[in-house]
Amino acid sequence: MADLEKFRAETRAWLEQNCPPEMRKPITSDGDTFWGGRNTKFSSEAQRVWFERMRDKGWTVPHWPKEYGGGGLDGEEAKIVRQEMAAIGARQPLTSFGISMLGPALLKYGTEEQKKEHLPKITAGLIRWCQGYSEPNAGSDLASLQTRAVGDGDDYVINGQKIWTSYANYADWIFCLVRTDPAAKKHDGISFILFDMASKGVSTKPILLISGYSPFCETFFDNVRVPKSHVVGTVNRGWDVAKYLLQHERAMISGMGERGVGRPLGQIAADSVGADAQGKLDDAQLRSQIANFEVDEAALAAAAERAVDLAKAGQSHPAFSSAMKYYGTELNKRRYEILMSAGGIDALEWESDRSKGGARPRAWLRTKANSIEGGTSEVMLGIVAKRILDLPGA
Amino acid sequence: MALVLTEEQSMLRESARGLISDKAPVAHLRGLRDSKDATGFSRDLWKTFAEMGFSGLLVPDQFGGSGLGCVEAGIVMEEIGRTLMPSPFLSTSVLAASALSRGGSEAQKAQHLPKIADGSLLAALAIDEGAKHRPLQTKLQATRAGNGFKLSGDKAFVVDGHTADLLIVAARSAGSAGDKNGLTLFLVDPKARGIAVERTAMVDSHNAARIVFDNVEVNADSVLGEVDQGLGLLEGVLNIGRGAVASEMVGLSDEVFGRTVAYLKERKQFGKAIGEFQALQHRAAELYIDIEITRAAVLKALQALDTDIGKAATAVAVAKARAGTTATLAVQEGVQMHGGMGMTDQFDIGFFMKRARVCQELFGDSNYHTDQLASGKGY
Repeated sequence: MADLEKFRAETRAWLEQNCPPEMRKPITSDGDTFWGGRNTKFSSEAQRVWFERMRDKGWTVPHWPKEYGGGGLDGEEAKIVRQEMAAIGARQPLTSFGISMLGPALLKYGTEEQKKEHLPKITAGLIRWCQGYSEPNAGSDLASLQTRAVGDGDDYVINGQKIWTSYANYADWIFCLVRTDPAAKKHDGISFILFDMASKGVSTKPILLISGYSPFCETFFDNVRVPKSHVVGTVNRGWDVAKYLLQHERAMISGMGERGVGRPLGQIAADSVGADAQGKLDDAQLRSQIANFEVDEAALAAAAERAVDLAKAGQSHPAFSSAMKYYGTELNKRRYEILMSAGGIDALEWESDRSKGGARPRAWLRTKANSIEGGTSEVMLGIVAKRILDLPGA
Repeated sequence: MALVLTEEQSMLRESARGLISDKAPVAHLRGLRDSKDATGFSRDLWKTFAEMGFSGLLVPDQFGGSGLGCVEAGIVMEEIGRTLMPSPFLSTSVLAASALSRGGSEAQKAQHLPKIADGSLLAALAIDEGAKHRPLQTKLQATRAGNGFKLSGDKAFVVDGHTADLLIVAARSAGSAGDKNGLTLFLVDPKARGIAVERTAMVDSHNAARIVFDNVEVNADSVLGEVDQGLGLLEGVLNIGRGAVASEMVGLSDEVFGRTVAYLKERKQFGKAIGEFQALQHRAAELYIDIEITRAAVLKALQALDTDIGKAATAVAVAKARAGTTATLAVQEGVQMHGGMGMTDQFDIGFFMKRARVCQELFGDSNYHTDQLASGKGY
């Protein structure tokens, strides 16, 4: 305990000294998030300085082993870093699907060579990854995917189409599910493979969404040659890797509902609807919605903390991330419904500078995907019913 | 602090669960109800509780207790919630023990705490007056008289009030209803002249009383804590009680849920287990998630109470508000999914529904605590 308190004091002092003031402000636009990658640019000098200091300390991913560029921290220490960063409002120095999704899968299923090749480039922000999972006819029923990989010497030749590939147009590499045995049952003929998005035959096409943004792409593979050594885990057992990765993806997405950054909802609402002499919001129903939301938000934060502690104690259920994903995404949708209601007509402006280009309504519309991406809410409830509650025929 | 139980805490849970499930299954409560038992709980079982160290769980070591904290009290409450065991644990071991050890003079502690620990003293906290929990609205009047005070007014929903050997009464010694200043807590002998206790049979078959105070004389030594400045002490004690009742609701919800899922697997209609129907699967999954999130919020609040009770108010409000809505959902889904069987008195599920309703009202319902959270945050 004394060691941990010492570590906390040192961490606090280091962060205080090294996190630039600009990097302690709430994130308000896409440019505030640094994703890394070959073609990346820093949006500010402070962003660069903060990223490089954290990278050099191994704290872009504090809990990964040092040999891969992580901080080598144990669970308790990593939690302290998170808590101390949250205490000063420090932004994540690097956001990436390499950290939140591929990394955990590589650490569990990758060969030593694959780990050494890819993990340091993730922690150093050199390579930006995207996820090739969904296909036009394989959404909730992901395992019915049809993108084919056919062996040819030391390579696979890949043909097919992915969809909803987040930021595929900015990504350097892809982790992708392909069918390597079309004769096997649908879960048994899938492999998990990595390749360069600059490979010949890869093309992407952004999809315009209701938010007016295009965070997702269609991704096409036309005779893309990929070395067989790029398969992670066992050939035809890619579903195991895919499921393991999804647990991490769902845990990441569930965190959206507890993102208590920026000004409190109560204050945001007071600006537009006004308050009475006691400071109570002039809209009693809205006040009650916000308070109910904040009760649930605080409870979810406790549950997220407990989920990490349970995992550390070896007491967690592997499907619990589905429970958290369900609740976190539904909560985030509630947050934005409240924000829209609180903003009234001001929150309806779509293009003005005053509205930062319609930032709020666009973010509101974006949240509607939360309960679809990474497995729909209905799929999550099905997983909980089947795997945790052991209900029949689910 | 990790949001999981330590090894010692897990052992405490096992021993509480062993005793309670063995000696006080729901049939125990049913028996007391059906026989219209005058006490409303088993004094023999309370003796066993004392022997196992449960009754003095929150009593400091030097007064013969175990000196444990709110997390441990919550563990016992959660097990009580699983079988709805009626006992003086909440009124005496949680509320009175906390009030005395936090606010009592050395003489008051020495007089009462050892007896709480050994199970020989039963105590009750008298707070509520109106239909809803509003401690600031306390009107029961304490008027200075000679060396002491005279108490006049009515209290309701006094848990275990009719069996108490000692009452802890919140009274207004200055100001008027709604004021934060002017509240004082008193230790009162229920046999004192001018006190009338009416046991009120409640929907959940647990103990409660209405108590009328008619110019009851108490001396200056009976003040618990400071005159006119009782709110801080009272809020601390109430928050401990709220954490404890939230724990009971977690145990209650979890038990109802377990019984309901078992029923979904066993009950057949249309030629298959009803648990195969997606409409029920998704509702069961939602309830599971709701319970798990509430469980975490409650443990968080109990830890906050043990770490720094002065900063625990928000966590407690969250826990009590969540526990109330979760328990309400759990018992409603429980009855609905049990179909007609869930409506029968013969089936236990109804007992849980009734207790959940009472736990909602105890020390503030979900609406009260959600409002507290909003006011605390200044909107």
